[in-house]
Amino acid sequence: MPDPNTTEEAQSKVQAPFESWGRYPTYDAKLLPLHWQGDYPALVENLHNGALPVGMGRSYGDVCLLKDGNLLVTTAMNRLISFDPKTGLLTAEAGVSLAQILDFAVPRGFFLPVSPGTKYVTLGGAIANDIHGKNHHSAGTFGCHITQFELVRSDGSRMLCSPTENPEFYAATIGGLGLTGVITWATLRLKPIVSRKIDYEGIQFHGIDEFLDLTNQSKDIEYTVSWVDVTSSGRNFARGIFMQGDHSTKRDDLTRSPKPKLVFPFEAPGFALNSLTVSLFNTAFFHKQIHKRVVAVQDYEPFFYPLDKVLRWNRMYGKRGLLQFQYVIPWEHAKEGTIAVLREVAKSGLASFLAVLKAFGDVPSPGMMSFPKPGITLALDFPIKPDKSFPLFQRLADMTREFGGRLYPAKDAAMTASQFQSFYPQWQQFAQYRDPMLTSSFWERVTPNS
Amino acid sequence: MSTTPQSTPSAPRKILVLGATSGIAEATCRIWASQGASLFLVARNAEKLAAVAADLKTRGASYVDTAVADLDDTDQHPSLLAHAINSLTGMDIAYLAHGVLGDQAEAEREFNTAAQILHTNFMAPVSLLTWLANFCVQRHAGTLAVISSVAGDRGRKSNYVYGSSKAGLSAFLGGLRNRVDREGVTVLAIKPGPTKTAMTANMPKSETFADVDSVAEAIVSAIDKRKDVLYVPFKWQPIMFVIRNIPERVFKKLNL
Repeated sequence: MPDPNTTEEAQSKVQAPFESWGRYPTYDAKLLPLHWQGDYPALVENLHNGALPVGMGRSYGDVCLLKDGNLLVTTAMNRLISFDPKTGLLTAEAGVSLAQILDFAVPRGFFLPVSPGTKYVTLGGAIANDIHGKNHHSAGTFGCHITQFELVRSDGSRMLCSPTENPEFYAATIGGLGLTGVITWATLRLKPIVSRKIDYEGIQFHGIDEFLDLTNQSKDIEYTVSWVDVTSSGRNFARGIFMQGDHSTKRDDLTRSPKPKLVFPFEAPGFALNSLTVSLFNTAFFHKQIHKRVVAVQDYEPFFYPLDKVLRWNRMYGKRGLLQFQYVIPWEHAKEGTIAVLREVAKSGLASFLAVLKAFGDVPSPGMMSFPKPGITLALDFPIKPDKSFPLFQRLADMTREFGGRLYPAKDAAMTASQFQSFYPQWQQFAQYRDPMLTSSFWERVTPNS
Repeated sequence: MSTTPQSTPSAPRKILVLGATSGIAEATCRIWASQGASLFLVARNAEKLAAVAADLKTRGASYVDTAVADLDDTDQHPSLLAHAINSLTGMDIAYLAHGVLGDQAEAEREFNTAAQILHTNFMAPVSLLTWLANFCVQRHAGTLAVISSVAGDRGRKSNYVYGSSKAGLSAFLGGLRNRVDREGVTVLAIKPGPTKTAMTANMPKSETFADVDSVAEAIVSAIDKRKDVLYVPFKWQPIMFVIRNIPERVFKKLNL
């Protein structure tokens, strides 16, 4: 029988798997929870094999993993510190999740300045991956709304970082993959809302030209994103649904969200997702919207976080897990690059359930290593089929490089060191700001020569 | 009166929390804070206490005051409690959440280690509850909510020193309730099971552990309903019923 009321200290050193969302790769690591702002670096004194601060494990590949090392789990360091309803500035510990921020902020008439595709990420993780959302074209990345944070280093120093104080550490830490130190707290600028509702419009399109037309027509709409069918070719090639929305300006209900109740109950067998089932899903998704254009008023939860309804949905991919692939290709080659990649994926016959297409805007990110830049971004995911998925990935990564684009570390488990170093030529400059105690399996993989 | 959206229309409740930086206590206080309660928080570590106090204030507590104290020092209890109640200008609920698991193996060898566990988990709450119960009886009002443990329901070889300290506490609470219930004072014994923490978030089967926020919700609700005993999650009530009723000649052979 397990012991109830065990103290945090007694539980702290347990060997247990910590999985990334793609569930590939999987590595053993020691989990050390950070409960308080003062826990680092005292907790890692006398520890070997390096450490890495992690949040909720929602990045897909190995940026949140450290093989045989120490993972500093920040989710219990989730206190609020202050909130000013006049400015919308919320200061909170870095382990607070965006879901917890929404629970606090929505009833007070405030919302996240940038929402990723899941609310189950921490504030620190959102900064470390400089995440983006459906409003990148108007709001930029998450880091654009971080006014300041505290960074604690393994030598015990504590730095206040902002665009004016320690600006080089501010820039290195936003998008810095948790490698520059432990973020203990951060200040985020929330934005006012008067309703939970989103004025939504879904529009069918056929082909990249129509997607680009819709993108141009929607510049004044705050949120835009597209789902694209990557299983169809010929007449249906690159068909999809362009989804756009704005926060409703009609005063309405501002209660907090109910808790999700559905959990994906088991690991699906490896064959459950195959080209037939995924193609059927894609066709069904396209035709679910039977009209060319659908206008609706929708709650923000299904608009921003449709997959959060089913906790642990990644189990659908079976125990081999899934690979994500996300590029941005700059405008110069965005159209030809996207068409070429989509053709390559369709040709491969490797199913992709969720393909998401979006135009990034030109708001510069404050992060030195941030992924987004102006152009088109495409995100795909595949169940892992060892002999097929990885060769396709290498082809897609090389194509991305030829078109002048780059891949997103938070969604990567496969890019080579040479690919990474050409995508992010500033990596050596960034490495100067790394905390010598901190590393990740991703960093070890893409900078073996450092 | 607080202006937060979730505040209750009645006057804010005045709640004294002892051991306020413990995980379950903190989660419980967050619910009370969002309801606009007035809180007086006591804990050993000043830095942690300040972090918890700022959080609760931000979440909407009408009033937050704190005191740093080592509750093992029972001599200080009367002045500490009087100061807290003075600061809150009264007290509707006292929530005792401090305690230690201790090192069972060492306690088997060293009486002093065992005595320390018994002091922190039993003697100190007895001192606090004696003062608090008399305060409540004088006013014919108040709730004393105390975290005991399912481990106190039966001694087992893996943690019987901790278990016996909680058994003593549960027995004390039963007797105290029997004395003060007729005076309008409620005594709630809270017996939590294993609770999900940050560390267990990605462990296999961690979804079967209790979520600390659900545990806290159950505690708040049990206090509102003036319950006597709360097993949380509820499944521990039938489990402990079975464990209490295993005959000793069988039980002594088990590895629990």
